[in-house]
Amino acid sequence: MIDENESPELTEDEKRLFADLMPEDLNEILDTGVNRRHFLKLITMAGGGVLAAQSAVAEQLMTRPFAETGTAEFAPDSLDNGVSVSFKVNGTARKLTVDSRMTLLDTLRERLDLTGSKKGCDHGQCGACTVIVNGQRILSCLTLAASCEGKTVQTIEGIAQGSTGATTRLHPVQEAFLKHDGFQCGFCTPGQICSAVAMLDEAKKGHLSYVSENVRQPAAPAKLSNEEIRERMSGNICRCGAYPNIVAAIQEVHSGKPVEQIFRSV
Amino acid sequence: MRPFTYSRAKDPSSAIKMLAQNPNAKFLAGGTNLLDLMKEDVERPDALIDISELGLSDINLISAGTNQGGISLGGLSKNTATANHPLVRQNYPLLTQAILAGASGQLRNMATNGGNLLQRTRCPYFYEVAMPCNKREPGTGCGAKEGINRMHAIFGWSEQCVAVYPSDMAIALAALDAVVKVRSASGQERSISMADFHRLPGDQPEKDTNLAHGELITAIELPKNRFADKSYYLKVRDRASYAFALISVAAALEMDQANGPGNRIKQVRIAMGGVAHKPWRALKAEQMLVGKEATEANFNLAASAEMADARPLEHNAFKVELGKRSIVLALKMAFNGGKA
Repeated sequence: MIDENESPELTEDEKRLFADLMPEDLNEILDTGVNRRHFLKLITMAGGGVLAAQSAVAEQLMTRPFAETGTAEFAPDSLDNGVSVSFKVNGTARKLTVDSRMTLLDTLRERLDLTGSKKGCDHGQCGACTVIVNGQRILSCLTLAASCEGKTVQTIEGIAQGSTGATTRLHPVQEAFLKHDGFQCGFCTPGQICSAVAMLDEAKKGHLSYVSENVRQPAAPAKLSNEEIRERMSGNICRCGAYPNIVAAIQEVHSGKPVEQIFRSV
Repeated sequence: MRPFTYSRAKDPSSAIKMLAQNPNAKFLAGGTNLLDLMKEDVERPDALIDISELGLSDINLISAGTNQGGISLGGLSKNTATANHPLVRQNYPLLTQAILAGASGQLRNMATNGGNLLQRTRCPYFYEVAMPCNKREPGTGCGAKEGINRMHAIFGWSEQCVAVYPSDMAIALAALDAVVKVRSASGQERSISMADFHRLPGDQPEKDTNLAHGELITAIELPKNRFADKSYYLKVRDRASYAFALISVAAALEMDQANGPGNRIKQVRIAMGGVAHKPWRALKAEQMLVGKEATEANFNLAASAEMADARPLEHNAFKVELGKRSIVLALKMAFNGGKA
């Protein structure tokens, strides 16, 4: 990770870019010695994403951080309280040294380039970061990578069945999400799918939910009503409101029977 | 998040020793509340001791001692495992319902029983470090007392703090007269009853519980009872699921069969969540109901008597009537075996 305070002064290229994009603010910025992070933030705020694409200098600047934070050349001396951790991610053994503060979510996204798991609220309230650890769905934003020693992690990238390449088949839940249009913007979808896959497994084991009718009956594979699916999936929030289609998709996989495609019904 | 050292403890005694040596160290188990609070800069430990690999996750029948015939829940057993365990489902369905009323499937897979008891208030003034809060920073005042206090306490609050305790599981544990087993650095084991485990705020709202630094929750014991046929956990919240309680009620009844198949209440337990700094046992209502017939009229009388002692704040007066109706509904549901 680049130390954001490492070069408090803007480079000549950055100054030039800034002069091009926000000339009215340049003097103030130079006087107050803005650091690179603030600079990049300002550029973004100024619509730099669009403008930058038109500027060769900007393109060079904007792409540099990504190249430097690649997984191969990660400088361990920039880590605070580094912890070494070995775990299996989507079937591949991974060993790395992480900052003790690093969450599993940040490790997957920033160190292992598995950006399917999304950072939504980062406080365990939205479910976008849901992954399956040792067979159980959990929130990777509230899990320290350091605590995953020896564990098995499955992310959305590892949900499809079979090996990679031509023989890969989507998981039935993934296919059902496609068929039933279980998403709009798609941001919550990886979490929804991981959560659904693990939840269907929980139901098979006879796990209960708050709306289960008979708590005292011995554990047996649960037949999920739509109400049950809603309750069990309530840890995954969708701001687009694709819930009816998500429930239909999960119900189809669970029941094994075709469910009407709600978005097509009149 | 501020820097901290991370270490994994191998066994309970070394974990306790590591914690006792450092007043700024904390145990890390599920992490669902602790990591969230660390991200918000509310909790600032300089060392985390990961206790998730200590074991302490068994759920057993208790074969001897004062709680013989009851069950012991490992302090590090996950909430999901506890709620779904056959012994809990069969003998303490109230506890199963209460656990399943809380959080989401993902969080219950992570959270442990001990950690559930130790979760901190979700009072927004506690969470926002720019606001005054005597619980977070003693002496800074209470933002909620004269602020937006719709979710806050109506019983047992002090001028220092009006926050409520958030757990659902603990409300059922209070109704079931659970006992918390803890171990200290000296190797000493002690038992704390649920009634004494959490504190009212008084002048020290920063102290949530009577657990001492360096003590580890090893187990929670539930004494044997006859409530399994007639119990219910009612949770009233702003959305249908995955929200903290405005009010919750754990209700359990045992009917007197001695004088024929009568309708008299032999024993009753009522505990409320979302109303105080700790699980609130409705002792007055309980006393009024023992020996009485299980009728809606009697439930109403008892609930009204209990709620008459409530001291609502500016924005939560609705909780007095809501609490009364919730007690009555929970008792009715319990009496009918959990069915409306």
